[in-house]
Amino acid sequence: MNDTAPSPQAAEAALTTADGRPLAVALAEAQSRARRRAFLLVLPLLAFVLITFVAPIGQLLYRSFYNPAFSDNMPALVQWFKENPAGTEPDEGAFAALASDLKGLRANKTAGIVGTRINYDLPGSRSLFTKSARKSKKLEPPYREALLAIDEDWADPLLWRVMRTASSPWTASFYLAALDRSRDAEGNIIRVPEERQVYIKLFVRTLLLSALITLTTLVLGFPVAYLLATLPLRHSNLLMIFVLLPFWTSLLVRTTSWIVLLQSQGVINDILVALGLIGEDGRIQMIYNQTGTIVAMTHILLPFMILPLYSVMRPIDPSYVRAARSLGASSWTAFRRIYLPQTVPGIAAGALLVFILAVGYYITPALVGGSTGQLISNLIAFHMQKSLNWSLAAALAALLLGGVLILYWLYDRLIGIDNLKLG
Amino acid sequence: MAGQADEAFVEFDRVQKSYDGVTLVVKDLNLAMPKGEFLTMLGPSGSGKTTCLMMLAGFETATNGEIRLGGEEINDIPPHRRGIGMVFQNYALFPHMTVNENLSFPLEVRGMGKDEREAKVKRALDMVQMGEFGNRRPAQLSGGQQQRIALARALVFDPELVLMDEPLGALDKQLREHMQYEIKHLHENLGITVVYVTHDQSEALTMSDRVAVFNDGVIQQLATPSDLYERPENSFVAQFIGENNKLAGKVRSVDGETVTVELPGGATCRALAVNVGEPGSETLVSIRPERVIIGAAEDANSAEARVEELIYLGDHIRCRLNVYGNDEFIVKLPNSGIASQGLSVGESTTISWKTEDARALDPL
Repeated sequence: MNDTAPSPQAAEAALTTADGRPLAVALAEAQSRARRRAFLLVLPLLAFVLITFVAPIGQLLYRSFYNPAFSDNMPALVQWFKENPAGTEPDEGAFAALASDLKGLRANKTAGIVGTRINYDLPGSRSLFTKSARKSKKLEPPYREALLAIDEDWADPLLWRVMRTASSPWTASFYLAALDRSRDAEGNIIRVPEERQVYIKLFVRTLLLSALITLTTLVLGFPVAYLLATLPLRHSNLLMIFVLLPFWTSLLVRTTSWIVLLQSQGVINDILVALGLIGEDGRIQMIYNQTGTIVAMTHILLPFMILPLYSVMRPIDPSYVRAARSLGASSWTAFRRIYLPQTVPGIAAGALLVFILAVGYYITPALVGGSTGQLISNLIAFHMQKSLNWSLAAALAALLLGGVLILYWLYDRLIGIDNLKLG
Repeated sequence: MAGQADEAFVEFDRVQKSYDGVTLVVKDLNLAMPKGEFLTMLGPSGSGKTTCLMMLAGFETATNGEIRLGGEEINDIPPHRRGIGMVFQNYALFPHMTVNENLSFPLEVRGMGKDEREAKVKRALDMVQMGEFGNRRPAQLSGGQQQRIALARALVFDPELVLMDEPLGALDKQLREHMQYEIKHLHENLGITVVYVTHDQSEALTMSDRVAVFNDGVIQQLATPSDLYERPENSFVAQFIGENNKLAGKVRSVDGETVTVELPGGATCRALAVNVGEPGSETLVSIRPERVIIGAAEDANSAEARVEELIYLGDHIRCRLNVYGNDEFIVKLPNSGIASQGLSVGESTTISWKTEDARALDPL
């Protein structure tokens, strides 16, 4: 058949306007004005998003692998590392460079910055830098002995290994740290000691809790969405207001009301005690742990599941299920084979929305999560605000972003992004 | 099965239905149909015909009364155990399944093996001339094609009773007429029993063995298409089926089969006494437009008429007259080549009709 039919390219090439211009060119020209106008309309928003969203995020992510704190302030040592290949024993020249840099640190009052940077990779070394910089005025050759006299740790090969790594502002060490890894003196990637492995555990917990919360919102939200979609409009509008009510209440109020309900001296425990179901000393710990995080976040994220489900269910004609029933399917079969498959775009949209929101949720776990209900975002906030290790915070955030993007990609492969229906 | 031919296959026995507990949508419905019949429920919207169909299918419960299928009461049997095929107004083809999967569905839920399913699906598709469309999705089909698939799906599991809820409503006129004949032929070839719901009277007359005319929750008349048209039993049916001229008057006297009706202005006419009360009561005389002739005739009623309007319609000329103050009196003049029999607007003439073509019915 292909042999006889004219090829589509040939047919297109043959098409021209009345005055002989190719049709495609004429069409593009005719539409360019409308396209320019459309672009101008979105330009303000585009600029806003670029300036306030893309640029800061890019800047922060940049920090996760670029940290010039050491390389900017230790020029002599950086020079020595450059001239001597990795594995060279630090000689007198190296210590001389170190001493000169330490004097510089003292003059510029930057010993803390450099110490902090090395401290990230080798905990406990910040004081080494501040102490040595303070005493650097009296340093005289031979520098090796002089520095070792200040602190024996200057001979530590691991310290030199870390300083060599830090001598380049480009570093993967924050990503290693974010994955509970570090390098040993030989430069091999090893796991950090058991008691310091926190991040991977927290990533896993975040993903598991988010998945669980997504599941509970689906289980709780599906019947509500179904009711909303099938009730007469008069009743469903009222019900819809109840679904939307949480949106009109402050997140903080909603979260704290869960504290009031769930705490060990709270409403639910009081009722259970009053009913004699539990003893006074058997009050159930329902908050400041994972349970608290799950309960509060399920409640808060529920509308994000119900609304996409509702928008998909509303237009599903009841005659589909009736048809299935008349064709011999029991009500369960009709639901499973006919109704449920048609709600998949809504389930997918709701699940994706809730999951992504849950993965990055911060305020609720911070308030009700205790120590076992913390999510990765709480730790990112901790590094941003308390430890001020922005590079590690950025590395954690980048990993989280990467993970979500992978899930998004998987979703696209499995369900198809064009199947998504948010409303 | 042959022995049951005379028994009612589908039976409504004093069925009532109310949605709100205040008003009855279906009032005291009694209906019996034998196996193999094509029965149409015809009526304006809100007359209760679709509710009846839904009660038969099992999607609505009867508030009172019994519905029987093949002699057994089915009030409490869920829809999927009734084994009734149904064609829906919007076809209700499952959008996430191909045509083959749609047709295979009723066979799958009955636990039929794969080979048997495929054979049955193929046969059903061939039956509606859609054999090549098995792998399409419903959205890739035109309205008429979807209609055929819906029909095939309702028939594929060999139900003895098929319900159709205004299945042709969404098609254009030409396709609708074509599908009417196809459904009629399928019914004849397969010997199935069909209950068909429509508000289109020509559809009802074309396809049905019998037509039940619904209004206000009550069957007004249950008769064959020709009886319904020729011998309507009340004014609603006369009005609803086909075109109808009505002359309001009072019964002067009843003598046997016929009645003398006094029309406004003192004139009288004779009509068949179909549905009239005592002398002196109100009545409506119903005459079909094609049974009226222009000019006087022997042994017939005649009346003075003024021509109000003449409309040329190709095969006939529609003539609107004023008869005894009723200026909506229509006469159809066949286009026999003679130009509108010399009538012109504003002219006075005489019209006449036979007594047996005039039916005295209840006043509306």
